[in-house]
Amino acid sequence: MLKYFALPSLSLRFIPVWRRNFLVWKKLAIPAILGNLADPAFYMLGLGYGLGALLPEVGGMKYLAFLASGTVCYSTMNSASFEALYSGFSRMHVQKTWEAILNAPLTLDDVLLGELIWTICKSLLSGLAILVIVWAMGLYVSFAMTLWVIPVILLMGFCFTGMALVVNAVSPNYDFFMYYFTLVITPMVLLCGVFYPVDQLPAFLRDVSAWLPLTHAIEMVRPLMQGKIPGGILNHVLVLLAYGSVGYYIALGLTRRRLLK
Amino acid sequence: MSFLSARGLRKRYGGQEVVAGIDLDVKRGECFGLLGPNGAGKTTTLRLLLGLTEPDGGDIQVLDQPVPAKAREARIKVGVVPQFDNLDPDFSVRENLVAYGRYFGLSDAEITARLPGLLEFAELAHKADANIQTLSGGMKRRLTLARALVNDPDLIFLDEPTTGLDPQARHMIWQRLRALLNQGKTIVLTTHFMEEAERLCDRLMIMDHGRIIAEGAPRQLIESHIEPQVVEVYGEGLDAWGDGNGQLCERLERVGETLFCYTHHGEAVTQPLCGQTELRYLSRPASLEDVFLKLTGRDMRD
Repeated sequence: MLKYFALPSLSLRFIPVWRRNFLVWKKLAIPAILGNLADPAFYMLGLGYGLGALLPEVGGMKYLAFLASGTVCYSTMNSASFEALYSGFSRMHVQKTWEAILNAPLTLDDVLLGELIWTICKSLLSGLAILVIVWAMGLYVSFAMTLWVIPVILLMGFCFTGMALVVNAVSPNYDFFMYYFTLVITPMVLLCGVFYPVDQLPAFLRDVSAWLPLTHAIEMVRPLMQGKIPGGILNHVLVLLAYGSVGYYIALGLTRRRLLK
Repeated sequence: MSFLSARGLRKRYGGQEVVAGIDLDVKRGECFGLLGPNGAGKTTTLRLLLGLTEPDGGDIQVLDQPVPAKAREARIKVGVVPQFDNLDPDFSVRENLVAYGRYFGLSDAEITARLPGLLEFAELAHKADANIQTLSGGMKRRLTLARALVNDPDLIFLDEPTTGLDPQARHMIWQRLRALLNQGKTIVLTTHFMEEAERLCDRLMIMDHGRIIAEGAPRQLIESHIEPQVVEVYGEGLDAWGDGNGQLCERLERVGETLFCYTHHGEAVTQPLCGQTELRYLSRPASLEDVFLKLTGRDMRD
């Protein structure tokens, strides 16, 4: 058991794995980009205008701008989770793509690193898509400050991919992912300040919220959109890094146990 | 030093020893067959030789590399055709080969240079841009074989390469494998088609319950393990016939409604049967399948 939990070995051999996923994505790029962009954008604009008319100001900003900063994070998280779970599981379990790769001179560490970096890239695209809407609609104060949102998106991609890969590693089938989405992702969306400020929640839910990674991402992105430097950056960054790296380490150990038995 | 060797190989899953102390040596340029019923440990043995799982005991050398310690290095010159096709369903024939070549660190230019040869070898040149889903089972197997050759391997592992194929497709694969042997490649294949093993393999090993129970060239195994002639008899009055022919048949085996008579005197057995109307018979030379069934038994394994 212990031998499966050796530290990850990092190597540039992950690149052909990344390129393989990119080649598949390229073939289906138009519907993929539309999905990344359109779905969260409709939610954001619908709720932003609909509720925005009733709520002139939330958390010191226009509701649409408030929601936009939440949506950047929400969309990044969703994209990373879906890619690492549904698409990752197809490649690992259904199509046996990983097994085919393991017959070549690559190791499972290379494959999983390729998946991690690929998924981060894909979620970056989802986060960026919303950021482009933010720029287009002028929902920001300082353009330069919003550029700092990009590294936060990357950090979120790492965090939520690491977490999702753990679920992937232990999943017997696609249905199993419902547990993760229902018990982890949906509560995060509702507790971490995507749609309304966390201070609106009762005290004990605020305490729960403080432990969830999405809260820390939003607490960086929202001030950046308002042209402010977020408070407690180090703390927020460390929380996202911790979830991501502990998740990735556990995921790698469990996946090794699953495939290299 | 041999091309591929294993000593005292062991692998245990739960309480069960799936590979229970195997020694094997494969020489350069030969076709080596690993035979056995389902669950005999063939696929696990292949996985061990590829370094995809750690043995509980034993030493493995593949192309002068210790495995699993240097398995990745060993696999640079190894090709693998897995039991179940795992081609990329989103890719065309060509893209499958390109993506796979990259895993070996080949540049796109190198792969592009190799593509026509690979497509021609697999007789898929006319399908280069076809989607995988449109290929027949035989074409998919040929593509999987071409994919295994993308790195120009010295040693090729094939896990049940023709399972599920129709006879035409099977003969085509055999012909391709013989072409590879003629090029000097070394092949290790698992199969439970005795005909396949007999046609292709220079040497083979029969495995059961994780152990080697026989080893040698196909002809030699037949000669040393079994009588040269088999007469299969069926029809009315089977038991009476069996009682009367105990002398001529060195071994007599009843399976369902058929008696298998293993003998050195085929003609003496069949002559009295010629005029019979109730009993029918089939006389044939003993095959590897007879050896296999003798050694592993006729019980179902699933």
